[in-house]
Amino acid sequence: MYNRDQLREKANKAIDKTGAIGPDINLDEFDDAPVSHSYMADEDLCSMPEDEQKRLIMAGLDVTKKDRGGTYFQKDTEVIHCHTQQEGIEVIPIRKALEQYDWIRDYYWKLAAVDTDKYTAAAELGLHDGYVIRALPGSKSIYPIQACLYLDKDGLQQNVHNIIIAEEDSELHIITGCATSPHLKRGVHVGISEFYVKKNAKLTFTMIHNWAEEMMVRPRSVAQVEEGGLFLNNYICMKPVRSLQMYPTTHLVGKDAVARFYSIIVGSPGSEYDLGGRIFLKHPGNRAEIVARAISNGGKIIARGHLIGEVPDIKAHLECRGLLLNGGLIHAIPELEGRVDGVEMSHEAAVGKIAQEEIAYLMSRGLSEDEATSTIVRGFLSVDIPGLPPQLKAEIDRAIEESNKDVM
Amino acid sequence: MLLIEDLQVKLGDKEILKHIDLEIQPGETHILFGPNGSGKTSLLMAIMGYPQYEVVAGKIMFKGEDITRLPIDERARLGIGMSYQRPPTINGLKTRQMVQLCAGDEVDEVDLAKRVNFEEFLDRDVNAGFSGGEIKRSELLQLTAQAPDLMLFDEPESGVDMENISLVGKTIASLLQKDLSAVVTKTIMKTKLERKKMGLIITHTGFILDYVSADKGQVLYDGMLSCVSNPREILTCIGESGYKECLRCITETN
Repeated sequence: MYNRDQLREKANKAIDKTGAIGPDINLDEFDDAPVSHSYMADEDLCSMPEDEQKRLIMAGLDVTKKDRGGTYFQKDTEVIHCHTQQEGIEVIPIRKALEQYDWIRDYYWKLAAVDTDKYTAAAELGLHDGYVIRALPGSKSIYPIQACLYLDKDGLQQNVHNIIIAEEDSELHIITGCATSPHLKRGVHVGISEFYVKKNAKLTFTMIHNWAEEMMVRPRSVAQVEEGGLFLNNYICMKPVRSLQMYPTTHLVGKDAVARFYSIIVGSPGSEYDLGGRIFLKHPGNRAEIVARAISNGGKIIARGHLIGEVPDIKAHLECRGLLLNGGLIHAIPELEGRVDGVEMSHEAAVGKIAQEEIAYLMSRGLSEDEATSTIVRGFLSVDIPGLPPQLKAEIDRAIEESNKDVM
Repeated sequence: MLLIEDLQVKLGDKEILKHIDLEIQPGETHILFGPNGSGKTSLLMAIMGYPQYEVVAGKIMFKGEDITRLPIDERARLGIGMSYQRPPTINGLKTRQMVQLCAGDEVDEVDLAKRVNFEEFLDRDVNAGFSGGEIKRSELLQLTAQAPDLMLFDEPESGVDMENISLVGKTIASLLQKDLSAVVTKTIMKTKLERKKMGLIITHTGFILDYVSADKGQVLYDGMLSCVSNPREILTCIGESGYKECLRCITETN
């Protein structure tokens, strides 16, 4: 039921409710007052300072919009660019959608609960903006849509709400990045995302985070996949952040629906990551996979995963591999919950350091010890993601390649 | 030239190589025989420079340089390479990329892979799920790209199926410049004279001798080299009398 007043009322009751897991953030220390920025045309985008462009590229946003089907670009609290050049794909700022379109009411806060915690409450009570990306029935996106949530103002609390809808038989690819300007030190990002993958639709969602050392990040995501649908969710975070906590949930609500989560995390000193994924398999033929690769070179990483098999004839697998390079902590918490006979669920988790034997093997082929180590790390982070368009794979490879320099 | 003088090696607390003397001249290939646990692999690992094989006495010279204390990669760069029996899996590193790394330069990896019937494995992670025979072909492919001057082979034919055994044998012969098929451009005599590559091959079966005309055979027994002779002769001896004959030899000579 859509009623902003009722939503606000519920949100108000949750404004002091701490998150279920992860360190608490005192939101009073941050400013969520709107920051105005003017809209940027294509040529303005391309004339942004080079170091900013580089940070955007690292988060998957290409200002030249080459090989992109559409762009959503939000700076602080303001949408500064929103455009689609692909038929059948809509990209709309969520505030505009809430004002102008009735259909958005069927999606807004329909999967995520507004009173989950103080972050969901803040996103309703102090909503800045966010994107609605919708692939119309049967449309196939050739190029990915890019979306970027950029933080420029130091000390800002950015509240966004995104809704992604892949209508029946559609195919939608999104690359989304969050980044901070080079001078920003601290801030909070609160991001609500609701994903609707309808019958036989395919959605790939690749998120690259590129934060600052003092950033606090609290995404709250829920997805729903209907019969025959596929939801492929990739997450890459290889840059420092003070604290990031998220535990996205996916419900497979039709038979043969599939969800796959892949995440690649590098934990720098002083950073704390608590992330994972939860997938409910509710219909026969459901498949779910959660794969995580975590490297800590001094940071703290908690890698969770929770698969819930509610009916027979489902398959689910959880895989977490952690590599400790330079101290730090990796805590893998894999959970499998089979509720009936006939489920097929498995997990493997391993945390360790690089095997000396592998380093020696590569050294005997002429690589120095450092080259051997970085080759093994790069291999560790390279995950084969089935169904990912080559374009996005290249994007992920680039992010890994770039940050590999920092890891070593 | 490889020159090993009075080499003594410990692995952990155990003395595994005792007073090894060995000399391999440019162009020579030696075969290393010996029962399980006699120290054959340890000798190769010590030559390659694995730090857990601790040299407590003696020295290893290669191309006139004392390499006894050099790290593995520097030995590799000097021209020593190894074909492993059980190499580790490198997850996420494609065999294709590995071949490039071995070559240290741009190389046509497909062309190289064809020589060992390995094209379809180029996009697999290095050694991931490879069978025994596939590992051997992968190792040969890597060595071909690396092209070292001294090649250490740890049981290169074990686990290789009949279909690929001659391929493996011929590849090793070619790597060691023992491939003597006549070519128009030069006489066999000249080919022999120009031969510079050195090899040390561990074998149990001797199959490799059908393809590689080895110059010398050595028997390693209980950490000691007990016999230097014609490799075919050694193989026949071991076949008829077993390694216990080596024990007699050692006891007599000491």
